[in-house]
Amino acid sequence: MELTNENVLGKIIEQFGIDNIWDAVNPDGIMTFQTNRETIIPLIQYLYDDKELQVRFLTTMAGIHYPEQKDKELCMMYQLHSLRHNFRLRIKVFFPINDPVLPTLTNIYATANWMEREAYDFYGIVFSGHPNLIRILNVEDMEYHPMLKQYPLEDQTREDKIDTFFGR
Amino acid sequence: MATEIKTVKSDGLEEFEANRDLKLHNPEDQNLTTLNLGPTHPATHGIFQNILQMDGEKIVSAVSTIGYIHRAYEKITENRPFYQITPLTDRMNYCSSPINNMGYHMTVEKLLGITVPKRAQYIRVIMMELARISDHLICNSILGVDTGAFTGFLYVFQEREKIYDIYEEVCGARLTTNMGRIGGMERDLSPKAIHMIEEFLKDFPKVWAEFETMFNRNRIFIDRTEGVGAITAERALNYGFTGPNLRAAGVDYDVRVMNPYSSYEDFEFDIPVGTNGDTYDRFMVRNEEVWQSLRIIEQALKNLPEGSYHADAPHYYLPPKQEVYRNMEALIYHFKIVMGEIDAPVGEVYHSVEGGNGELGFYLISDGGRTPYRLHFRRPCFIYYQAYPEMVVGTSLSDAIVILSSMNVIAGELDA
Repeated sequence: MELTNENVLGKIIEQFGIDNIWDAVNPDGIMTFQTNRETIIPLIQYLYDDKELQVRFLTTMAGIHYPEQKDKELCMMYQLHSLRHNFRLRIKVFFPINDPVLPTLTNIYATANWMEREAYDFYGIVFSGHPNLIRILNVEDMEYHPMLKQYPLEDQTREDKIDTFFGR
Repeated sequence: MATEIKTVKSDGLEEFEANRDLKLHNPEDQNLTTLNLGPTHPATHGIFQNILQMDGEKIVSAVSTIGYIHRAYEKITENRPFYQITPLTDRMNYCSSPINNMGYHMTVEKLLGITVPKRAQYIRVIMMELARISDHLICNSILGVDTGAFTGFLYVFQEREKIYDIYEEVCGARLTTNMGRIGGMERDLSPKAIHMIEEFLKDFPKVWAEFETMFNRNRIFIDRTEGVGAITAERALNYGFTGPNLRAAGVDYDVRVMNPYSSYEDFEFDIPVGTNGDTYDRFMVRNEEVWQSLRIIEQALKNLPEGSYHADAPHYYLPPKQEVYRNMEALIYHFKIVMGEIDAPVGEVYHSVEGGNGELGFYLISDGGRTPYRLHFRRPCFIYYQAYPEMVVGTSLSDAIVILSSMNVIAGELDA
């Protein structure tokens, strides 16, 4: 079967229902859709196990922060790749910043370990069930998650490095 | 919050206790030695710390600590205009900067919808393959140093110098190249540059053949590398391996072939694969890839199309400097680009290139502003280095060093 965005999406919706898979778009040739926290792990497991799709490579994971979206401030992006069919897809899960808990993916992909630690380190996303969820790139006694949009790039009170064009 | 951030105690012992993996493997009755390998150990070629627990010569468990040269690139990119991000990408995998530069440029071009002329694409291919040669050359020759052969390293470093001379002729810089621009190259290949590349293509194969003669069937080298740090294809895929490390395990995934970019589909080349995924296979795969890169450069240089070396995209591509002094539009565009006043369209793109050590991906979200809303780097080192503890368990300390150097982990890319 030739995998196209449409028939893969149809297959996924057939399996998980239209209530759990929504907002399918195609921004750059890679199918992108949203799902919820309950479905994400069964979905990725299904993609992994399915004989036809064989989506068995986790390319990357990235956290994104949208401070204006009420109750959908944080987003976790999972990008998967079926090396068998050269088919990529991107799954997004939005959730409130007050409850930044996601299930861990480490039981399916060993590589999710550090990716989840990175998301925890920079966005404060907590992955329940993760074997060793500690900071990875920043110092361990840091008290905030620096990639959240409310934190400026540099200390705003510094006066020795004022840049009037780009702002600090 | 389910997990609190663990605080580091000043007492070294308690800090050690906080590390779960080590604690698990540290029963009272065994007399294990804890060894701190790194962060500034001369044999680690970069700033990596590994806490090893050893039972005599044998490694029982290992824990990697990274982040020693973390520079918050992803945060910086959210505060810089697009063209100012290129120099940051240099400093990720600094052994093959042009690949990073051009990968980033292609990502932005994808967002902007710019098509780059064939000539520029071919020049990019030539520079990227030169970068791949210099990357593999460093990795393999340093692997030689770690197994006790210094000669090969010094010998091929002269060739790396020639590659850097070519960079210098093409873009003016040697290590952190900042080569090309969004929309193409900043200048055409000069006749001198073409001559230098031709000379390189003539001289380098002899040197590389000698290097291979020195290592490929060398008894000492094979004893030190064969079967050391082997990883199966299944494990490698599960760990997100890409590049030569994955191909050494027998999976023929190469971004250049699977998702061709910059006209790679025009060239004839092979993808070498290994069978065992051990250190020797990784070494051999890189060796062969150098030959394939030479093939690609030869073809690209022979068929170098005529035409412009940059796309016609005045909003994003800096006009020539002499035009800026004479031409009103050029002056306006120059001002707007340099001041970062060009808004990018709203969009979301992922673009990946075959970097020196794997799939180097750029995930870019633009909200229509002057800076990326989010730019995530898929850094191959960061992703596969987490397999290191699993790969060294059961080997000896000297093997651990060899495995680290055969994985081609670049600290700048690891920590971004």
